[in-house]
Amino acid sequence: MEDSGSTDWPGRWKHIRRLLERSGPFAHPDFEGSPEILEFMLNNCKVLVIGAGGLGCEILKGLALSGFRNIDVIDMDTVDLSNLNRQFLFRMKDISRDKATVAAEFVNNRVPGCNVIPHFKKIQDYDPSFYRQFHIIICGLDSVIARRWMNGMVLSLLNYEDGVLDPSSIIPMIDGGTEGFKGNARVILPGMTACIDCTLDLFPPQVNFPMCTIAHTPRLPEHCIEYVKVFLWPQEKPFGENVGIDGDDPRHIQWIFEKAQDRADQFNIKGVTYRLTQGVVKRIIPAVASTNAVISAQCVTEAFKLASSCCNPLNNYMVFNDTDGLYTYTYEAEKKEDCPACSQVPQALSFKKDAVLQDLVDHLKNSASLQMREPGITATVNGKNKTLYMQSVEAIRKRTKENLPKRLSELGLTDGQELVVADVTTPNAVIFKLKYEV
Amino acid sequence: MSTQRGSPVVDKEKKYDRQLRLWGDHGQAALEGSAVCLINAGALGTEILKNLCLPGVGAFTIVDGKKVTGEDVGNNFFLEKSSLGMSRGQAAMELLTEMNSDVKGDFIEESADQILETNPQFFKTFSIVIATELQERTLLDLDKLLWENNIPLLVCRSYGMLVYMRLVIQEHTVIESHPDNAFEDLRLDRPFPGLIKFANSLDLDHMSKQEHMHTPYLILLYKFLEKWKSEHQSQIPKNYKEKTAFKNLLRSGVLKNEEGVPLLEENFDEAVAATNSALVPTSIPSSVQEIFNDSCCTNLTSQSSNFWILAHAVKQFTENEGAGALPLRGSIPDMTADSERYIRLQNVYLDQAQQDYASVLGYVQQTLTSLGKPSDSIPEQDVKMFCRNASFLKLVRCRSLSDEYCSDKAKVSDIGMHLENPDSEMAVYVLLRAIDRFHSQYNRFPGDYDNEREADVHKLTSCVSNVIHEWGLHSTVKEELVQEMCRYGAAELHSVAAFLGGCAAQEVIKVITKQFVPVNNTFIYNAVTGASATFQL
Ligand SMILES: Nc1ncnc2c1ncn2[C@@H]1O[C@H](COP(=O)(O)OP(=O)(O)OP(=O)(O)O)[C@@H](O)[C@H]1O
Ligand SMILES: [Mg+2]
Ligand SMILES: [Zn+2]
Repeated sequence: MEDSGSTDWPGRWKHIRRLLERSGPFAHPDFEGSPEILEFMLNNCKVLVIGAGGLGCEILKGLALSGFRNIDVIDMDTVDLSNLNRQFLFRMKDISRDKATVAAEFVNNRVPGCNVIPHFKKIQDYDPSFYRQFHIIICGLDSVIARRWMNGMVLSLLNYEDGVLDPSSIIPMIDGGTEGFKGNARVILPGMTACIDCTLDLFPPQVNFPMCTIAHTPRLPEHCIEYVKVFLWPQEKPFGENVGIDGDDPRHIQWIFEKAQDRADQFNIKGVTYRLTQGVVKRIIPAVASTNAVISAQCVTEAFKLASSCCNPLNNYMVFNDTDGLYTYTYEAEKKEDCPACSQVPQALSFKKDAVLQDLVDHLKNSASLQMREPGITATVNGKNKTLYMQSVEAIRKRTKENLPKRLSELGLTDGQELVVADVTTPNAVIFKLKYEV
Repeated sequence: MSTQRGSPVVDKEKKYDRQLRLWGDHGQAALEGSAVCLINAGALGTEILKNLCLPGVGAFTIVDGKKVTGEDVGNNFFLEKSSLGMSRGQAAMELLTEMNSDVKGDFIEESADQILETNPQFFKTFSIVIATELQERTLLDLDKLLWENNIPLLVCRSYGMLVYMRLVIQEHTVIESHPDNAFEDLRLDRPFPGLIKFANSLDLDHMSKQEHMHTPYLILLYKFLEKWKSEHQSQIPKNYKEKTAFKNLLRSGVLKNEEGVPLLEENFDEAVAATNSALVPTSIPSSVQEIFNDSCCTNLTSQSSNFWILAHAVKQFTENEGAGALPLRGSIPDMTADSERYIRLQNVYLDQAQQDYASVLGYVQQTLTSLGKPSDSIPEQDVKMFCRNASFLKLVRCRSLSDEYCSDKAKVSDIGMHLENPDSEMAVYVLLRAIDRFHSQYNRFPGDYDNEREADVHKLTSCVSNVIHEWGLHSTVKEELVQEMCRYGAAELHSVAAFLGGCAAQEVIKVITKQFVPVNNTFIYNAVTGASATFQL
């Protein structure tokens, strides 16, 4: 790696030096301004950026200009034309190239000495040994599942000795999110402050239209589009036997659009447009450069504060909205005593004696504090490891779905039994203790 | 059609798809037709422009007399090491336009001061002027010029961990404010003939179970309200107790099975859940009432903008056909219902909205004629949009900087009141004013030199006192804040500038598209705590 001398020029770090080399009343009590802090940031501090999308591009730029040079970025996707209205490290010529690589090249070229390492991967492709190497992790993701998975990962890196948390095992995670003109940024000190799962209720529930509405009583243009997606596509297989809907293929959207229009006409429903069709099919979230800039900037400021201690970090959650004037609100999200992800308290699940496995699955999915997606449940029954139900692998789902209507006791589950539940929302299985209500 | 430069039109839909869902094709057209001027291409200035170039602003011009320095390249993504010594405006312009070929960029290698002196006309060609890194005197000159010519000004400043933004606009009217939580306009407290007729055509006592379960809850509310009114001197439920009783009345309407156990009827649950909001009496929001009472609305002239002519027409409607209510919005929320009756109900509302619109259109045409304008000079589409948004109209009037800076017009009592709270962000405003004073006295910023920091704390403290005393106040600001300001020494942190870069670009977009509501008028953000505040100064 190049040392700071060869790429720097006079005055380069003048602005940040003011904060890093001068003590101040709002700094962390242990902070003492000195040139070593910048040296640490330039040469030793490793930051991981997750996502090179609307937030990720901004975060990379911000880090590179704030004295961070050892940056890794993970993104699983490629550049699309619709990214260019905000993901400013990408150009027309980059369409279809992988985002992580293009973003890294751009930042490394623009900011001399910066060493962004790209990973064209899913976060789920890496294990704890990869994540452990970083001082700070910043997430610029667009899904709750991925956030929860990362949250579970940083929590799994914590070391507890005799129930006492080893502070050196904490990797702060900064998380940003945007939707239209709204956004939020938060600082998570895993094991110490509220984690993503502590505040699951903050995420708006996914809107799903009831099947019977879609099938029988459509009222909105969205209902007509869903109908084509859910019923007509698999029936008519317009693009061949095993061709699923590709939201980026204009022919697919056009077909759905036309069919949805037919259905809408049939019911006198107005308002099916091509744009709406694409929005519903891809579950598009509106996005604009400005909101992403604001939230990413906040995330970078927090990384700068955490790496240097030059100011206290955000405590710990900020919401932003600039639809009507400019509004921010900062508060301390509370760590939940019995959080399934970060509390270290084994989770108890109480069921009536006559409950069936389906009840258990429903609870794991619908409980506000769990919100799992496709829970896979295993348990040790009569000394043998037994998969009770698993949805994510089709063959196992077929084999185990007959268990769903069976009573828990029928499946050999006893009071106090440990249940091991795996789900896409967490990298590690969660252990529950089954309790029968008396 | 394809454009001369840049991508063909068909690609634009896709390229701008994510934002078109926010401000629509007409918002995009306004943005693409606009020209903005940025004064000074520092980190803050280029971040603002970045967030305007990406969504496709029509054109920008940078006014900057400076040459690129090492510090500039250090915190600015749109300057490179190779641009050291070049014109800062030019270097930034090149890297900014490289991002989006739809945008036309230009620069002038002159300071704002020079232009104000030699060619003030220059500023009059822009949709908005964004000012950064300006000294107080220049700012006030610019303010005067733009105010007189009715051109919006956005003043932005990023100072250490602190951020300041001030919008100066004489009058800004908004039809599409896109409120986050818009209440529905259902008129159950004063049902209109179409609704009454449709509701009366349905008989809950003589329909199949399926039909009963799929009767839209609006109809349920209407019918049970009629029942309630007949038993309560024609009054609708008003207080908590009455509303609870009304909900019980609703629940009593749920069908029962042979054993007398109520069935699950989702439409009734929805009716109960919607009771409170549906019983809020129809009224004209106070912000709209203020618009109606504004002298611009009551005294139309041939110079009046379309907004005021439309407001005047809607006001006339409320005083006549509307009988105290705005034109009906004409939309209903989704609810459990069969398609057929839902669509019919939707049309009942749409028809009434159409009728109201027709009345408003009549007033508009009358007014236009009386003002000596062609009666079709406001497109019908615009009248419709105005009616649909009648309850969300917004009017923003910001004061000029010269009023704010003039000691007998300053909002002294407000400032004093805020300063009573030691944690108020108003202290940041006072300090920034004090720093300007410091700069005009010493021609540098407090904390510029390490060895003078301590002395600067005292000097800045006395500037703070001067500023406060000139207002005739006796408030103080925390000493820590003065120290912290001297620590910053006018440092511009990239991420703090980028935060404001996002906020400021969004305000510019609001002003240009006339959608959403701009800030009135001063925004302060403190990146140390993440707190922000808005003041009317
Ligand atoms: N599990 C994951 N592993 C790696 N990267 C992820 C994962 N989940 C999401 N991402 C990345 O996070 C980024 C989110 O950014 P953003 O939503 O702005 O981009 P986008 O999804 O391409 O845009 P749009 O949502 O408008 O289509 C995407 O680039 C996406 O690839
Ligand atoms: Mg996305
Ligand atoms: Zn938690």
